[in-house]
This record gives sequence, C-alpha cells and structure tokens, in this order.
Amino acid sequence: MANIVVLVKRVPDTNARIVVNGNQVDLSAVKWVISPYDEFAIENALQHREAHGGSVTALTLGPSDADKVLKDAKAIGVDEIVRVWDDSWGELDSNGVQIALTEAITNLNADVVYCGKNAADTGAGSTGPGIAERLGWASVSNISDVSFDGGVTVTAPADGGSAKISLPTNVVISCDKGSVKVRKPNVKGIMMAKRSQVNVVSASAPSASITFVSHSPPPAKPAGKKYEGASSANEVAKLLRDEANVI
Amino acid sequence: MSESMIIAETSKGIVSPVTAELVSAAIALGTNPTVIVPCTDSSIADSAGYDGVAKTIAIKGDCFTNYDASSWASAIDAVMPSGSIVVAATPQSKDLAARIAAKRGLAVVQDVVKIDGKNLTSPVFSGKAMQTVSATGDFVISVRANIFQSASEGTANVSVIDQSGDVATAVQEIMERASARLDVSEANVIISGGRGMGSPDNFSHLERIADVLGAAVGASRAAVDTWDEIPHNMQVGQTGKTVNPNLYIAVGISGAIQHLAGMRSSKYIVAINKDADAPIFSHADYGIVSTWEETLPILEAALSSMMS
Ligand SMILES: Cc1cc2nc3c(=O)[nH]c(=O)nc-3n(C[C@H](O)[C@H](O)[C@H](O)COP(=O)(O)OP(=O)(O)OC[C@H]3O[C@@H](n4cnc5c(N)ncnc54)[C@H](O)[C@@H]3O)c2cc1C
Repeated sequence: MANIVVLVKRVPDTNARIVVNGNQVDLSAVKWVISPYDEFAIENALQHREAHGGSVTALTLGPSDADKVLKDAKAIGVDEIVRVWDDSWGELDSNGVQIALTEAITNLNADVVYCGKNAADTGAGSTGPGIAERLGWASVSNISDVSFDGGVTVTAPADGGSAKISLPTNVVISCDKGSVKVRKPNVKGIMMAKRSQVNVVSASAPSASITFVSHSPPPAKPAGKKYEGASSANEVAKLLRDEANVI
Repeated sequence: MSESMIIAETSKGIVSPVTAELVSAAIALGTNPTVIVPCTDSSIADSAGYDGVAKTIAIKGDCFTNYDASSWASAIDAVMPSGSIVVAATPQSKDLAARIAAKRGLAVVQDVVKIDGKNLTSPVFSGKAMQTVSATGDFVISVRANIFQSASEGTANVSVIDQSGDVATAVQEIMERASARLDVSEANVIISGGRGMGSPDNFSHLERIADVLGAAVGASRAAVDTWDEIPHNMQVGQTGKTVNPNLYIAVGISGAIQHLAGMRSSKYIVAINKDADAPIFSHADYGIVSTWEETLPILEAALSSMMS
C-alpha cells in the first residue's frame, strides 16, 4: 500500500494569449488549467495506486483560486485534495515553494511523489528534484514510461538514448509526456469533485532571495523574408550560408 | 570578486562545447569562475580550460557512470567550493541544478537568456513573455545554449578529487538510440516535419537533408500523435522538447503556439509550408510558400552542393 502524492499546479491554458501590461503580465482574462505535464503525473500516480494499492493525494501550493485544479484532479480520480498556503507569505522563490511543499508532503506521510517535468508557466522543472533533495529521497526526471511489475521501473532519457531504471520506494518521479494516455473525468467523478472539500494546510516558508523585477514581451524578431515557389529554396540555401552563417 | 562554480556539461565521455558559453555567463555575473567536471575518467577535464578560468576541478567517482540525481548532487556538493553555480539549461543539468540548489539552500533560476548585473531574464509562459528577477547572495542558474559567446580555450589547470555518492536508483538497461543521428536536444541544426508530411515514410526526405547538414530530425505533436513510427522523443514543443538550435527548419508544420513554445528561440527559423497564411511564417526568418514535395529536392540539392 503506497501513500502517493501528486503535485499539481494551476497555470494559464497553453493556448492563452499572454499580454504584458506595463511591466507585468496581465492574466486576468486567461483560462486556467492543470499544467499539462501534471496530467501525466496524475495518470501515473493513479496507475501506481491501481497496481500497488494505496491512495493518491493531489497537492498544490497557492491561494484559494487554485482549488479548481484540485477539484479537476479529484474528478479524474485522486482520493484526497490538499492545498498548502499561508496568507502571511510574501513573494516565494524556488526555496520557499520547495520548503513549504516538503513540509506538507512530510505531514502527509507520503511514500512516493509524482509531478510534471515542469510547470507550463515557468518551465523551470526545479520543484520535483528540489523537493526530493529536501526529503533525502532519490529522484528521476523526464520519465516517459513507468511500469509497476515488481517494484517501480521507469524509462528516462540517458546519454545517447534512454535508460530503464528501477527505483527505490521513496522517490520523486517527474513526468514527461511519454506513451501513457491520460484518463478523462467521467460524470460520476465530476459530481464527486463538486461536493469534495479541499483540505487547506499551512507550512512555513522563508522569504525570497530571488525577487520579481519585471515581465516584458519576447524580443521582436525582425520580419523575415518570404518567398513563393519551390525554386526559392536555392536562394534560401545561399542566405543560410552567407547571411545567417548557420551552415 | 565573488566566486562561481560552473558544472561542465558532459556527454559520451567528453566535455561539451556549451561549457565555454557558461564561462562567459559566469563572467557576465561578475564572478570568478571555477570549472567543475563530474567524471569517471579525470583526463576528460584536460580539455576544460578556458580564458578567464583559473582552476578546473575534476570530481572523479563511480556514481558518475550514469546520471543519478541524488548521488551526483551529494558527490558534487561534498567537494565543490561555495559560490554561485552555473550549469547549461539541458534537461539533466537543470535537474542537477535544482538538487544542488536545494542541498545548499540556494534559490535557482532556470533557462537564463540574459544577465545584467544581478538581474536574470528567462522566458516564461512558453516563451510568450520574458521574466526578469533580481538575485541576492549566491544562487544557482541554468543558462540556455547559443546565447552567450563561447570563451576561448585555454590551458586547464586541473586538480582531481575522488568523490562518489550513494546511487539509489538502478539502471537496468541503456537503450541506445537506433540511428546515429543526433537527438533534437543536442543538435545545432534541426529539421522537423509536421502533419503536412502526409505519412511517416515521407520523413525520409527530412532525414536526407539532416544527413547533409549533420542535423537532427524533429516532429510536431500532430505527427507524433498520428503516426506510431514517429516517436515522442522527436517531439518539439510544449509537451515535447524545448530546443534552441542555430537553425530550425519547419516543414509542413502550421506553427501552433504549443509548437512555437519549443522552438521560437532558435537563432534562425526556416518554414516550408504550402499555406501562405500559416502562422509559422510570422516567426520564420526565411519562409518558402510551396509544398515540401516540390521544395525539399531543390533544397537538398542546393545544400549538398554547398556542403561538398
Ligand atoms: C496542452 C497541449 C500541448 C501541446 N504540445 C505540443 C507540442 O509539444 N508540440 C507540438 O508540435 N504541438 C503541440 N500541441 C498541438 C498543437 O496545438 C498543434 O495541434 C500541432 O502543433 C499541430 O501540428 P502540425 O503543425 O504538424 O499540424 P497542422 O496544424 O495540421 O499543420 C500542418 C501544416 O502542414 C501544411 N501542409 C500540408 N501539406 C503540405 C505540403 N504538401 N507541403 C507543405 N506544407 C503542407 C499545412 O498548410 C499546415 O500548415 C499541443 C497542444 C496542446 C493543447
């Protein structure tokens, strides 16, 4: 029986247009979703439960507007939903986020933690390995497949190819897309999620040593050259050599 | 001047060229860099000497045979002097950076593309915005490739330290990539195909050009999801790999925002698409409005004659 925790994060839909207003992004109009890789983490966590028994707790860090993604996870099939937050926190850097989540994971008596390989907003991918270090656990990142015959074995990228790696019990597994098909919530799951309660817990977090300065739009690329017709491939090949100097 | 530790990027038993770019990044931070080379054979550190780097430390240990996050972090942490830490923004080194940062209680900023004093800029929201943060004290960063100039090579002043760590995971089997071609995450030139390629067999046309250019072959998600023959490890984009090559050639790819998320920071982008209104053209330096069937043979011939 495994006590499985899966980390989920609320992020803007990847289709959302991101507008920078002044020196900060304006996210007031975006649709919010579970970060795409977290969906693979949830699926792998559920399969872990089905293979070895136990329960799955989805854990997020954020204010109450993050409850929605926990309920979405509940609708997909997790057992418990927990949100860690403290109104007294100021800005959190990677240290703060990891310390707070690690405290929550420890209090949940987790045996194994799944997460996405990165969150679609920051793209950083620091949280999984950072938490593993603080828990004193092993970790493996960017896994594409997992099998539960015997213990837990994953496929992860390795120098020159990929590797099949068998894992100890206490481990943080950060998930890439891979071949797993994620299940969708059914009507019963959605009804159950509606009635479910988010368990809000507190944790301590240190103040940030990395602080936000500004957002800006991505650097504009000068307009490119556009040609009609296949024969322009000759011209483009020349430009790649003589103008771009990339071949 | 404060110190920084560059953890060299290594692959297949050699120190990767991107390490020279990390030296420039460390100097841009106003720090005095030392290069750290995790290895099983310390002679590989002999090539890790650069202008501006006084010292190279080879950390030699059995745990460095295969990547294992916890043992790498503990072995490196045990002997690496203090200071800010700089690594390449590859999947493995980002992971290592996060573990070492946590071990030392430092904050980590990933995918840095600009350094201005202690202000660090990285793409966020899949490259749809840039975020600048300000760091105090020591910190850990990963730096994207092809942004900073490579420092010139110099003589390496290597000291070797034996240090390993306990490996908690067990590699059972390494599956070498079947083809000799580079992976998209390693290549400086990438040619990718999308649904517009029509069938997986037609990727052979991309492979031929890849062979001419020494490029990797990538794919859009639509191609990966539609055809079993196109594996996920070729996928570029939001749920695939983020790449930053000198040249990215997109063939039969519409340029959906999630595809752009993985390749928009490429230095040069070429698009070949029969639809003049395809969004990929707004991001292409050189766009060719035509079918790939007509275009690729001409491109292949032109490139072959240039490269020979
Ligand atoms: C959460 C999420 C994550 C995603 N992650 C990714 C990701 O990681 N990577 C990714 O790529 N996508 C991703 N997508 C999917 C993305 O939205 C697009 O569906 C996908 O990129 C489209 O792939 P495509 O350009 O190959 O196909 P299409 O959009 O179908 O485009 C095919 C293009 O080929 C052109 N074409 C057709 N025939 C020819 C011809 N003979 N010669 C030349 N051109 C031709 C057409 O004009 C068209 O522009 C994601 C979507 C979501 C919702």
